[in-house]
Amino acid sequence: MRVLYFAWVRERIGKAEESVEPPASAATVADLIAWLASRGEEYAHAFEKPGVIRAAIDKVHVKPETAIRGAKEIAFFPPMTGG
Amino acid sequence: MSAPVTIRLQTSDFDVAAETAALTRGRTDIGAVVNFVGICRGGEGEGAISALTLEHYPGMAEEEIARHANEALARWPLTGLTIIHRYGRLMPGENIMMVLTASAHRAAAFEAAQFLMDYLKTAAPFWKSEERASGARWVEATREDDAAAARWTKS
Repeated sequence: MRVLYFAWVRERIGKAEESVEPPASAATVADLIAWLASRGEEYAHAFEKPGVIRAAIDKVHVKPETAIRGAKEIAFFPPMTGG
Repeated sequence: MSAPVTIRLQTSDFDVAAETAALTRGRTDIGAVVNFVGICRGGEGEGAISALTLEHYPGMAEEEIARHANEALARWPLTGLTIIHRYGRLMPGENIMMVLTASAHRAAAFEAAQFLMDYLKTAAPFWKSEERASGARWVEATREDDAAAARWTKS
């Protein structure tokens, strides 16, 4: 699946997007965050406070407990500050 | 007549008067227009902001704004709606975004504009980074903004 990062999540990881193949045990958004955080120092830094991270599946806001099965695109970002 | 809805994301500036005229021209069903314009603050002294960069999630930003525009149209008898949000690097004094609501009477136009602003701040995927003499820093979301958006949720 395609994973996108925005704002300081993007800066900490050092890339705007990538393609990942998470293990089948990563069933929810929270599971995916935990798995990503284990991939290296930059990921651990970006996801050090999982409760702060917001996520969207296929461009719709989702909660940590949302299942990721079937998702084409998952985005991770800090709380929004537009307007 | 159904309510025309315009949603645009752009790097360039917008003309509030021209957008208002475009929405109201030739119409006799509009009795009230409310216009909100968000402007880049500068401030003074050492903490002054020298520039503001807006990052957005292309595709989702448009979709999320459209979802809230549709909700506003369902909740209030609007006769027109224009939302323009800029992205990229802006200088203090420059326009950031505008919400224009039109209705037969003022209450709906005022309330819908406030509802849209409260939701755009907390749900539309935009992120602001402020540049100061000390460096660039991502703006943190505020509890006040979350509370402002929450008050529109029916209990």
